[in-house]
Amino acid sequence: MTSPFIEFDHVSFGYDASRTILNDVSLRFARGQVTVIMGGSGSGKTTLLRLLGGLSSGYQGQIRVGGQVLDAADREQLYALRRRSGMLFQFGALFTDLDVFDNVAFPLREHSGLPESMIRDLVLMKLQAVGLRGAARLGISQLSGGMARRVALARAVALDPEIIMADEPFAGLDPISMGVTADLLRSLTHAIGATTLLVSHDVAKCFQIADYAYLLSSRGTVVAHGTPAQMQASTDPEVRQFILGEPDGPVRFHFPAPSVADDLGVAA
Amino acid sequence: MTALANGLQRIGAATLRWLGSLGHAATFFLDLLRFVPGALARPALVAAQLYAVGNRSLVIIMASGLAVGFVLALQMYYALVTYGAAESLGLIVNLALVRELGPVVTALLFAGRAGTSLTAEIGLMKAGEQLAAMEMMAVDPRARVLAPRLVAGIVAMPLLAALFSAVGIIGAWVVAVLLIGVDGGNFWSLMQSQVDVWRDVGNGLIKAFAFGIIATGVALYQGWEALATPEGVSRATTRTVVVASLGVLAMDFILTALMFTTP
Repeated sequence: MTSPFIEFDHVSFGYDASRTILNDVSLRFARGQVTVIMGGSGSGKTTLLRLLGGLSSGYQGQIRVGGQVLDAADREQLYALRRRSGMLFQFGALFTDLDVFDNVAFPLREHSGLPESMIRDLVLMKLQAVGLRGAARLGISQLSGGMARRVALARAVALDPEIIMADEPFAGLDPISMGVTADLLRSLTHAIGATTLLVSHDVAKCFQIADYAYLLSSRGTVVAHGTPAQMQASTDPEVRQFILGEPDGPVRFHFPAPSVADDLGVAA
Repeated sequence: MTALANGLQRIGAATLRWLGSLGHAATFFLDLLRFVPGALARPALVAAQLYAVGNRSLVIIMASGLAVGFVLALQMYYALVTYGAAESLGLIVNLALVRELGPVVTALLFAGRAGTSLTAEIGLMKAGEQLAAMEMMAVDPRARVLAPRLVAGIVAMPLLAALFSAVGIIGAWVVAVLLIGVDGGNFWSLMQSQVDVWRDVGNGLIKAFAFGIIATGVALYQGWEALATPEGVSRATTRTVVVASLGVLAMDFILTALMFTTP
């Protein structure tokens, strides 16, 4: 892996004292690379993005961006970092009082200082890239789930950010949209040298576009990391179970509970 | 003795909780004031919100003003005619409206119409991660979403209260002069000679301004602090009406005591 631009150094975090989400994880993300973070539900993938974006704070360890330690209490530093970032939220988080065009134009109008005619061209280009130029004047309530995610992606990359965070970018997309979205993320990352963190369950699509991958466990630890080829060649039973989607293995499917017999009152 | 101690402990804990939330709300509001100059620098945002909270409240405010004017004229006429003072009807209706009913009833209606709308909108933006998305774009939602709404609410309330009173007076004129037959000259001339622009109309508008701060501030705070669930937003909306209404009534008593205690 080339020298990292973003580093998580022994980071531990829990939303409350009773449950640790991330448990002493160390991860590195390089410029110009798509790095995929995989793991089961509740393994802390989204939390990693929220910590990097400063949306959650109170973690132990250090997060460094470009060698600078991230301090969630320092709003100036945080806002400077956010101006260089684009985030695709798990459920899109589009502004429902604005139409498609104005959603994508939002970050440009707030930060670029460009004239409206230039903003119009940029927005239409971003919408063209996700195949929704023709939907520019539709309201958000008129979009399907997949279309909304594509608009959210166009908005996230509107300013050609240095850091792209995408939380489940392929969820709810048909195969064609998924392919276009994956290509867009990969080509944009390589073209502008962005550092892309991609959280997803879609193993096949992730390995297709990722330069590097991490697998998190349900205990909030890093199980394995490496290039997609290294991950696919891994003999670690936890990695094998996740990649192949097998029900039996070291990873529990069921949340901890008393036995079925005890719960249903049929124990001998 | 233990029961008494437990009771006192519960009252003390509840009082501390109440003071804590009051302090939290006050801090939120003072913090929000920092963003008001920024909102004023973007008049398009304020104008859009002025339309949403002001124009869209016009129908209910004017209909209510008219109804209150009708009823007030009827009630006052039957009370005044007993003492042969029916010609004072216009003056009394006017004073009741501009000093008291205009600002207070408008504020209560405003809390129910625009306040709940603000709370639900902000609560749902929070639930849909729209506020978090804004944060992630390095745009402070307090500056972009809350401050323009606060300014719009504060500007809209005195205008709506003035309209309420004006329409109420017209309603009273319709009932008193056109239907009952009170002398129109008396109706208007006593009003003109006895109602003081600064003391009566001015103080009424100051009240409306203060109520606008309370109703809008409470609505924004409740939306901002709402739990990001359908139930949380629903509860926050209810709290907006209850807290804003009680706040308006309490403030009305204080302002009335300060403004109108001397003859």
